[in-house]
Amino acid sequence: MTDPARREPGRALADFLRATEIDARLVGMLVALALIWVGVDLLSGGAFLTPRNLWNLSVQTASVAVMAAGMVLVIVARHIDLSVGSILGVVGMIMGVVQSEFLPRFLGYEHGLTWLLALAVGLAAGAAIGLLQGAIVAYLGVPAFIVTLGGLLVWRGCAWWITSGRTVAPMDEAFRRMGGGIEGSIGASWTWAVAALAFAAIAWRTLASRRRRARVGFALRPVWAEFTVAGLACAGVLAVVLVANSYDLPPRVAERIAEAKGIAVPPGGLSIAHGLAVPVLIAVAIGILVTFLATRTRFGRYVFALGGNPEATELSGVDTRRVTVRVFVLMGTLCAVSAAISTARLNAATNSQGTLDELYVIAAAVIGGTSLSGGLGTVAGAMLGALVMQSLQSGMVLMGLDTPLQNIVVGIVLVVAVWLDRLYRTRTLRGGAT
Amino acid sequence: MTGTRSPLVELRGMSISFGGVRAVDDVSLDLAAGEVVALLGHNGAGKSTLIKMLSGAYRGDAGEIRLDGQPVTIASPRDSRRHGIETIYQTLALAENLDAAANLFLGRELLTRWGTLDDVAMEAETRKVMSRLNPHFVKFKDPVRALSGGQRQAVAIARAIHFNARVLIMDEPTAALGPQETRQVADLILQLKKEGIGIFLISHDIHDVFDLADRVAVMKNGKLVGTAPTGAVTKDEVLGMIILGSCPPGAVPGPGAMAG
Repeated sequence: MTDPARREPGRALADFLRATEIDARLVGMLVALALIWVGVDLLSGGAFLTPRNLWNLSVQTASVAVMAAGMVLVIVARHIDLSVGSILGVVGMIMGVVQSEFLPRFLGYEHGLTWLLALAVGLAAGAAIGLLQGAIVAYLGVPAFIVTLGGLLVWRGCAWWITSGRTVAPMDEAFRRMGGGIEGSIGASWTWAVAALAFAAIAWRTLASRRRRARVGFALRPVWAEFTVAGLACAGVLAVVLVANSYDLPPRVAERIAEAKGIAVPPGGLSIAHGLAVPVLIAVAIGILVTFLATRTRFGRYVFALGGNPEATELSGVDTRRVTVRVFVLMGTLCAVSAAISTARLNAATNSQGTLDELYVIAAAVIGGTSLSGGLGTVAGAMLGALVMQSLQSGMVLMGLDTPLQNIVVGIVLVVAVWLDRLYRTRTLRGGAT
Repeated sequence: MTGTRSPLVELRGMSISFGGVRAVDDVSLDLAAGEVVALLGHNGAGKSTLIKMLSGAYRGDAGEIRLDGQPVTIASPRDSRRHGIETIYQTLALAENLDAAANLFLGRELLTRWGTLDDVAMEAETRKVMSRLNPHFVKFKDPVRALSGGQRQAVAIARAIHFNARVLIMDEPTAALGPQETRQVADLILQLKKEGIGIFLISHDIHDVFDLADRVAVMKNGKLVGTAPTGAVTKDEVLGMIILGSCPPGAVPGPGAMAG
């Protein structure tokens, strides 16, 4: 029996990717991420690949990942948003003031509704800022680069102005859960529940897409390929769950919880796992939601069409201005979500929060394969890009590199990543045209 | 032509200026159902601009558009599509990063009962239309960027004819095509004509369209030189209309005809 895989490994891989319809770029990014993780782990003497560090990494990534999901659509539509860090700053400040200075006057401290009201006000503020900037881009014709460059200064100024530069703290206790930490983790059992939900969703998706294709008589993926894809997805979920559930709470905290619940502490000490962090769940939910918007709705289709050929989209009867405004409203709203995560995590709102985040967010989107000339990009890629950036950064901290050197490395990685992506694209495009 | 029935499309006194230049100046033209009218003229004669007022890409400064004798307002491409007017632009106006189905249904997507895009149904429909236009077409999953000129043209044509157009506007339909593909487009035009669709063919090259058209309409410097049934004039006479603005005996002179 001849095994084609042994003769031509490159070709076998290509065949495998074609049959399973796995995006080769995504595989490339995962490989890059794995290399970074293993490399940093070796260089830092095994400090990187620990449940504790990976758990922290996931929490640190959440804020930038949420904004990167929105930035993909902004860039796909041939725009840019330089103001996301400043929007995060001003919205964080608004939410901080609302929950620790405004609402307590009426509701008292630690009221059950405080976190929800503060979040709602923040989301509305973020959406309103996006609406304003989007309207200026779409209806007044000022380039997004300029509008959001202005926004970068304006919203940062506003963040300072709200409290004249004073830091607002502490945050409401329920609100703080959005930032992770001990209170902001869902524990081992809920983590397993989330995993079960994810397994069910993967199975349902696989079956539903098969049924839809069968209905109109399209070729189906081979069954082995379906199983491989679904299996890999489930394995990924399982890995995340196992890591999250092997990061234990500090022993003292565990004892306190046990006391409160009237459980006897066993002599060997008590081990209670963190489980998944709330901000990570928020980021994943946002990722799924924005992916859905981008790929399954008219809005998303128009965003991509706009990036591919704005004139043609207009001639097709699409209200391109409205699409543009909506993209910016979504971006502003996601900035508010990130603001909630980072103020909750810091347990304070400061006027410098989110400074330089616009660069990390744009870099994440671009590393994730979003083309700056528009029309091309995936939400999953951008969020993975955010994880790559954060892995490098916290890896270098663990390795004890100085901050200037960290910046140099991140800058070089950004440029090299985009160059590699270009190489890959020109090659596949040529391949596709023959 | 001169029967009691009003023509499918009537353009009356259409004018539009860009920065003081009258790109189209008081042009009146009509089109009957099942008729092919070739709109000829040099580059910059105003033919594309005239037709863009009908397709909703531009709003004219003056003039009236009537469909079946009824005045209509066409303020956007959406309005024109709603009235059954479909346009195939010279640039094809395709989103290069999307596949054939996404382009075909752009702005008119098929939705599932949940309100989400029904990509599978759209691809199935696209396969049907394309099998009629270009039976060898197989690249349904690739972005339009990866298609050949003829294949792109087929996608643009499919988009125009799939939604039961009554009026079809084709701007330089064969400019980018090889001989065999040009013949395919010609066959298609004759077939659509038989189905009662009125067609405007825009071209700067008389040889592309003379044999297909029932009538020619010639523009020069934004004005209508004249119209003529193709049976009543020779190609040389039409060339004279295009180049000199002279109106031969077989033609109906317009405001742009050379005096004398």
